[in-house]
Amino acid sequence: MTHQTGMTPKTDIRMRVRNLKVKVADSGDEILKGVSFELQAGKVFALVGESGSGKSVTSMAAMRLLPEALVITDGAVEVEGQDLFELSESRMQTVRGQRVAMIFQNAMTALNPVQNAGKQVAETLRLHTTLRGDALRQRVLQLFAEVGIPDPDSRYNFYPHQLSGGQQQRVMIAMALACEPDILIADEPTTSLDVTIQEQVLELIRDLTHSRQLAVLLITHDMGVVRNTADEVAVMYRGEIIERAVVDDFFHNPQQEYSRRLIDALPDLTHFQSVAVEQPLLQLDDVKVYFPIRQGVLQRVVDYTRAVDGVSLTIGRGETYALVGESGSGKSTLGRAILNLDDIAGGRITFKGEPIQSLPRRAMLPYRKKIQVIFQNPFSSMNPRLTVGEIITEGMISLGLGLSAAGREERIKQLLQRVQLEPEFSQRYPHEFSGGQLQRIAIARALAVEPELIICDEPTSALDVSIRAEVLDLLQELQREFGVSYLFITHDLSIVPSLAHHVGVMRSGKIVEQGSAQQLLTNPQHPYTQALLASVPRTDPA
Amino acid sequence: MKPLVLWSDALIYLLVISLSIFFYKLRQDPQTRERWGQVFASRLGMVTFTVIIAYVGIALLDSLHFRRALDATEGVESGEIFYDNKVTSVLDVMLGGMGERFERTYSAPFALKSFEKKNMKDEQGLAIRDYPPLKHAGQYLADPADKWFDVLVKTTAALLWGLVISALVVGVQWFMLRGSANPWYASWGIQAVIICFGVWLVSISHYYHVLGTDLGGTDVAYQSIKGVRTGVLLGTLSTLIMLPIAVTLGVMAGYFKGWVDDVVQYLYTTLSSIPGILLIAASVLLFQVYIDLNPDFFSIGMEKADARFIALCFILGVTSWSTLCRLIRAETLKISQLGYVQAAHAFGVSHTRILARHILPNVVHIILITFVLDFSALVLAEAVLSYIGVGIDPSMGSWRNMINGARSELSREPAVWWTLSGAFFFMFVLVLAANLFSDLVRDAFDPRTSMRSSGT
Repeated sequence: MTHQTGMTPKTDIRMRVRNLKVKVADSGDEILKGVSFELQAGKVFALVGESGSGKSVTSMAAMRLLPEALVITDGAVEVEGQDLFELSESRMQTVRGQRVAMIFQNAMTALNPVQNAGKQVAETLRLHTTLRGDALRQRVLQLFAEVGIPDPDSRYNFYPHQLSGGQQQRVMIAMALACEPDILIADEPTTSLDVTIQEQVLELIRDLTHSRQLAVLLITHDMGVVRNTADEVAVMYRGEIIERAVVDDFFHNPQQEYSRRLIDALPDLTHFQSVAVEQPLLQLDDVKVYFPIRQGVLQRVVDYTRAVDGVSLTIGRGETYALVGESGSGKSTLGRAILNLDDIAGGRITFKGEPIQSLPRRAMLPYRKKIQVIFQNPFSSMNPRLTVGEIITEGMISLGLGLSAAGREERIKQLLQRVQLEPEFSQRYPHEFSGGQLQRIAIARALAVEPELIICDEPTSALDVSIRAEVLDLLQELQREFGVSYLFITHDLSIVPSLAHHVGVMRSGKIVEQGSAQQLLTNPQHPYTQALLASVPRTDPA
Repeated sequence: MKPLVLWSDALIYLLVISLSIFFYKLRQDPQTRERWGQVFASRLGMVTFTVIIAYVGIALLDSLHFRRALDATEGVESGEIFYDNKVTSVLDVMLGGMGERFERTYSAPFALKSFEKKNMKDEQGLAIRDYPPLKHAGQYLADPADKWFDVLVKTTAALLWGLVISALVVGVQWFMLRGSANPWYASWGIQAVIICFGVWLVSISHYYHVLGTDLGGTDVAYQSIKGVRTGVLLGTLSTLIMLPIAVTLGVMAGYFKGWVDDVVQYLYTTLSSIPGILLIAASVLLFQVYIDLNPDFFSIGMEKADARFIALCFILGVTSWSTLCRLIRAETLKISQLGYVQAAHAFGVSHTRILARHILPNVVHIILITFVLDFSALVLAEAVLSYIGVGIDPSMGSWRNMINGARSELSREPAVWWTLSGAFFFMFVLVLAANLFSDLVRDAFDPRTSMRSSGT
C-alpha cells in the first residue's frame, strides 16, 4: 500500500473543468452551456441534478467518451496542467486508466459475466502495471480487502452473478482503484442498490477519498447521498450549474428556488399522519404465494420459491398502508396476488368481509371495480398505440360502468382535470407526455372505475425528485376527497412519514414488523427496520 | 377472347386488396405514420420503393390472363368458338409480341445470325454448313455493318418517346404532390429511368433480340420479364401463407404460456430440426404425383403449372414460419409482463380484447420487418431449389429455370452467358431493392435502433 497518511490542509486541485460546452451534432441543441468546476484531492465534489440535466454528459465529455451524436464545442479539461482535449487518443487512454478512473451505475452490466471477478481486476492491473503471477494475485486480494469484500480469497473466483449487487459495485471500485488513480468519477454509483447497501458503498467511497487522497466527482440525483457523502455540491439544471456551495451551507441556506425544492423532497421524520379510527376494508390472513422451481427434462417441480410466505395485514377504509422492503422482498408479488394476477398458494384475502382469493375471472369482475392498481414505470404501463382517452375508458367499458359514449367523454374530461391535466390531452398518445404526466394519467385510469382501494406499486420511484412530491401530494388529495385506501408499495422509507398511516416492513416474503407509521419510525423494534431507518438519508445528520 | 383467372391471379389480387386495407388502417395510427414517414423521407427509401412498385406492377399486369379466340376453321360452320390453349396476359400484349418471335435456338444479344451452325443450301443448291440468319433480327438491313448505327437511331427514337411519356407521368405526379415534403424527385428520376428502359426494350425488340435467345429460341429479355411475376408472387405468397400461422401460434404461445406454449415450441423445434430443402422437395414431389394422377382437374397446361406453383408457395410458407413464430412468442412474453397488459387484467378485460388491442398492435413491427426481410430470401430460395430439380414448372417463366440451364451453357465454348445475365440482372435489382428497403423499414420500426438514435 502506498497511500499517503495524514491530511494535507492545502487545496490541491487535481482536475479543472472550464467553460465546458456540448451540443447535439444534428440539431444544434445545447446540452451543456458552459460548465466549470474543480476537483480537489481528498474531497468529494457532488454534481446533483435530475435526469436530463446534463450531469452524466459532463463526466463523459471530460473523459472524451461522448457518443458521436454529441460534440464538444468549447471549454477545457485540465489534469495537472495538461488539457485533455489536446491529447492524442492513445495518450488519452492511459489518462483514463491511470489518472482518472470511472465507476458506473450498473455494476452488473459493466462486469464481464463469463470471467471471474478476480481475473477481471487482475486484467486491469496487467495492462497498466508490471505485476505478474502471484504478486498480481496478491495485489488483487489486497484491493478486495481494501474495498471491503468479505473473504477475498474465495471471492476471487466468483463470477459476477454470484456476487451481490453491493459486492459487484465493490469489485468495480477495486478495478477502478487498481491503477492508483488520482481522480475518481462515480456516476450514480449507488442508484441501483438497495438502501442498506447503498449506505455501505458510499461509506467506502468516503473512506477511500480520505485514505487515498482521491479527488472524487460524484454524480447523483439523490440529495440524501450528497448530504452524507459530499464536501462540495453543485446543482445542475438544464446544462448549467445554477448553484455551487459547501455542503453544510447548501443545506442550511440554499440560494436557488430549484435547490430548495430538491432539498424539500428529503423526508421529514417529525410529522406523521394521524391514525384515524378505521373500519377494515381489505384483510390478508396468512397469504402465501409460491413459484414452482422446475428441473429436468420433464420439468418436474422440485421446490418452490416462497415469494410471499404468510403475510397478514389489514387496510382500513380511507387509510394508507405502506409496504416497505428492498427489491426481491416479495412486496410487488403480494400486490399482484391481491389483484388476483398471481395465484396464491394459501391463506385468505377478504374484501369488505367477502373472500376474494382465487376467484375465477367472471366472479372477480365486481371486485376489479373496487381494487385498482398504479404501476412503477409509467412508460410501460400505457399501450403506446392507444390515445389517453382510450386508455382511460378501457376499464369503464370492460367493467360495464354503464355510461354512454358521451358520458364517458365527459368522465374522461373530469378525471383529467382532477389529476391536474388538460382535458384536451385525451386525444394525445402516451409518448407525448413526461413521466410525471403519465403517472397522473395512470392515476386517472385507476380512478375511472371508482375504486375503494388502489394498489400503488412504487408509483414514484421512476420519477425525478421534484415531480415525485407533486404526485404524492395528488394521491393524498384524492384520498381526502374520495376516501380511497392505498396499499403503497415502496422501497423508499423516506416518503413514508408524510403519506402512510400504517407501515409494514417486508423481508424475504415475511412482514418482520408492522404498526402505525409514527410508532414504527420513531421506535423501531426489529433490527432490520432499524437498519433500514439508519440508512435513510436525511436533511439533518443525526 | 375469354378472361381466365388462375388461382395465383386470384390470390395476388386478393392480397393486393387486403394489403391496401391493412396499410390504410395502419395510417390512422400516428406512430406508424411517423415511422413510415421516416422511411419515405430518405431518397433511398423512395428509390427502392419505386423499384419494388415497378416489379409489383409488372407482376400484376402479368396476372391478368385471357385466352385468345381462335379463327374459325374454314369449312366448319358452328356457333362454338374455340380458344387458344396458350394463355396470354395483358403484359404480353404490352410487350408487343416480344414472346412470339421465336428463333431456332441460341443467338447472342443483338446478333443477326444464329449462334450455331446449320446445314443449309446456298443459291446454287450446294449443301453448306454456316450460321443461318435469324428470322426476327435486323433482316431489313441492307448491309450487316449498318447494324450498330441502326441500333443507335432506334435507341434515340425510343429514348425520346420514353422521355415524353415520363414527362407526362412525372408531370401529373408533380401537380398532385406539390405540397409534399418527401423527396419525390428521387422517385421521379427512377420512374423516368424505368419508363425509358421499358419503352426502349419493347420498341427495339421488334428489330433485335436485346438479350439474345435461349436454347428453345425464346427471347431472353421476354423470359426475364415473365420471371418477375413468379419471383414477386413466390416471395409475397409464401410470406403471407406463413404469416397467419406464425402470428397466431406465436402470440398464443407467448400469451397463454403453459401447455399451449409447450405444444407450439415442440412444433417449431421439430419442424426446424428437419432439413428445410428435404421437406420442401418431398412435399413438392408428393404434390406433383397428385397433379399427375388427377389430370381432369386442370383443363389446360397453364393451370397445372399454376397449381404446382401455388403448392410450392404453400410449402415454402408452411416450412418457414418457425423463425417469425419464435420472435413473436418472445415479444409477446415480454409485452404480456408490461404494465399496460397487467393493468388490462386488473380491469378485467377479456383475453381476446387484450390480444387484439394490446398485444397484436405491438408486435406488428416484427411482422413487418420479417415480411420485408424474408421476401428477398424467398426470391433467392427459388433459385436454390433449382439444384434439386423441384420448383416451378418449366413452362412457367421463372428466373430459376433460366439459372438452372446456366450450368451447361456456361461450360460451352464460346459460353452462352446471356440467359444467366438476364435472369441475374432482373433478380439482382429486385433483391437489392427489397433488401435496402427492408433495412430502412427495420431502422424505422425497430425500437432498439430508434432508441439508439434518440439517446444521448
